[in-house]
Amino acid sequence: MTESAALPPPRGPLPWVAGGLGLALLAAGSWIGLFEAPAEQHMGDVQRIMYVHVPTAWNAMLAFTFAFACALLVLWRGDWRWDCRLEAAIEVGVVLSALLCIQGAIWARPTWGVWWDWDPRLTTTAVMLFAFIGILALRRFVDDPSRRAAWSAVATVIAYADVPLVYFSVRWWNSLHQMQSTPETVSSPFHLPLRMNAFGVLLLTCAFISLRARVAQLRLREELSPPPPAWAAPARAPATGGAR
Amino acid sequence: MSTAPARPTVFAVEAALLCRRYGRRWALVDVDLRLPRGAALMVAGRNGSGKSTLLRVLAGAISPTRGSARVAGFDLVADLDEVRRRTALLGHASYSYDALSALENLRIAARFLGRAHGREPLRALLDEVGLAERADDAVETFSAGMRRRFALARVLIQDADVVLLDEPYGQLDPPGFSLVDRLFGRLRERGRTVLMATHLLERGADLCDEGLVLEAGRVAWTGPAADLPGPGVAAAGLSEGATA
Amino acid sequence: MSLAAALRKEGLVQWRTRARFLAVLAFGAVTLLLFSFAAGPDAATLRRHAPGFLWLALMLSSTLALAESFQAEFEQRALEGLLLLPASARSLFYGKALVNAAQLALLGTALVPLTVVLYDVSLPRPGALVGVIVLGAAGLSAPGTLYAAMSSQARARQMLLPLLLFPLVVPVLLSAVKGTALLLAGDPMGQLPSWLLLLAAFDAIYWSLCGLLFDRVVEE
Repeated sequence: MTESAALPPPRGPLPWVAGGLGLALLAAGSWIGLFEAPAEQHMGDVQRIMYVHVPTAWNAMLAFTFAFACALLVLWRGDWRWDCRLEAAIEVGVVLSALLCIQGAIWARPTWGVWWDWDPRLTTTAVMLFAFIGILALRRFVDDPSRRAAWSAVATVIAYADVPLVYFSVRWWNSLHQMQSTPETVSSPFHLPLRMNAFGVLLLTCAFISLRARVAQLRLREELSPPPPAWAAPARAPATGGAR
Repeated sequence: MSTAPARPTVFAVEAALLCRRYGRRWALVDVDLRLPRGAALMVAGRNGSGKSTLLRVLAGAISPTRGSARVAGFDLVADLDEVRRRTALLGHASYSYDALSALENLRIAARFLGRAHGREPLRALLDEVGLAERADDAVETFSAGMRRRFALARVLIQDADVVLLDEPYGQLDPPGFSLVDRLFGRLRERGRTVLMATHLLERGADLCDEGLVLEAGRVAWTGPAADLPGPGVAAAGLSEGATA
Repeated sequence: MSLAAALRKEGLVQWRTRARFLAVLAFGAVTLLLFSFAAGPDAATLRRHAPGFLWLALMLSSTLALAESFQAEFEQRALEGLLLLPASARSLFYGKALVNAAQLALLGTALVPLTVVLYDVSLPRPGALVGVIVLGAAGLSAPGTLYAAMSSQARARQMLLPLLLFPLVVPVLLSAVKGTALLLAGDPMGQLPSWLLLLAAFDAIYWSLCGLLFDRVVEE
């Protein structure tokens, strides 16, 4: 990757503000979801996990989609900042989808009596989790920064294109089982906490990606040390000969 | 890739502020270079001074981190394929599939080049570098010097306008030295531009017209090649007495 | 023309190193044997799991074969030598991916008789089974060749290839196993075409995508 300009040091309080706001929204939404909203008719209190589960799912997908966009920009534009954002988005996406798998298992156990039910959405999340863990490993094992940027962008494009294929294959594969649906047909009293949490997690996701991208950028600045200072005359005076 | 017509120029190589880094390390810094068509340039410098990197960048094997260059009239970045078509690089590796014979390896290259890949022309080429008797032996059975000879044959088959020789004398026996000298002379008779990195200053001074000394990736001295063993060495700390 | 040259080169190199292919085949056979030990001697169980075991054996062996196919490229920088001629990265990719696909298809086909013997399955439509194997091998080969190009230049190369490849080829595994099972046990519902379609869609997407992206992996 060729570089157009030196990486500027990242600054600004915006991610912190967004993160704080997101945390507050998440806390308030969860409070309403846990204590104010009525229990769901069929599933009772178990269903309340939806207030974090659905926002996590949306934002995990959003993080990976953002990573995909970053990867395309790395490949087209060759800008280091998109490489930093790519790293951040994948890492946040991996954390979110790991949380999602855990929440899914917690939900499945009391509802269906098993930890894992091969629901296409959840299974796709698990497959994506491992695919993107692989990309994080790739980044760790490639030392040259420009190779690392190009390769992880390539791998991200390839992994992201797999999402619909995995989803459909798991869905068809599991179609002999009874298709369980996660409660998405949500009626009005559940709307408010769900929305609050969705935006809360969204703000937190943005904050984490932005802050993690700063870490990546600082690391990269360290790695891509600036060019050596202008030619300092060595002890031996260089001859100024030669027709050039 | 667009094949823009070569800009008419008297220069075979024009480089401006050429830089290349490997991770943290800058191997090449702000190298300016102009070499007329048909000229021969000797590149000298200590181990790790950037000689190989310079030749590899100019051959299109690795991209410059910054700066620009035109080789054989084509831009190194925008018209990479055209540059590669017109350059041949003798690098440190032999560019061979070791399980295949020398002849088979040459035939592979000839096929990609769209050249005659019959047995006889290729054998003649191997004969030229003194490998005729081992033409059908796997390259993995070759000694280091024989690999070097094979690599020379592979450079010759490309019939390039600009030939870049990185330590052509390395590993060779005394007859090999005169073989390189002979091939060098023939390239020049045909009007090819030759860049040669070597530590054999006297030998290089006899063969080349221009000289260039690299130190820590920068141009430390330029001048007529004939001056290199004298003032050039003194300027660049290349004498045997200099601190290692 | 460039693709023809790439195919000939790849075929020649693989043919000259065919001893490696036999080693990979032996590895696949041992894997099949181990699966039967893990699943127990019950004939019905073995028969039911035979398609899955066959494809797992092929998938595990494929990482060895794919990694091997880049060994010769980086030993003496032969790949760089070809790129500097210049040979197009795309035709080099397709040459290698096609030969790898053929090799994996051969490997899978060679494992079928062993599956029949070990797991006591019948083969009503051997021709169709080879077709499924070819489609599945193509699905493993395109992303596998691309990732092998990365992993064989990275640290921890043995670990990286399966880590990157296995999650990606879940659709290949699912559809190939289902397709094989339907071929072996009969297909009363006519589900086979939709699985083959999924497999073909995966192949089409990854053969084009990986060809587009390969030059970003091998250029420095």
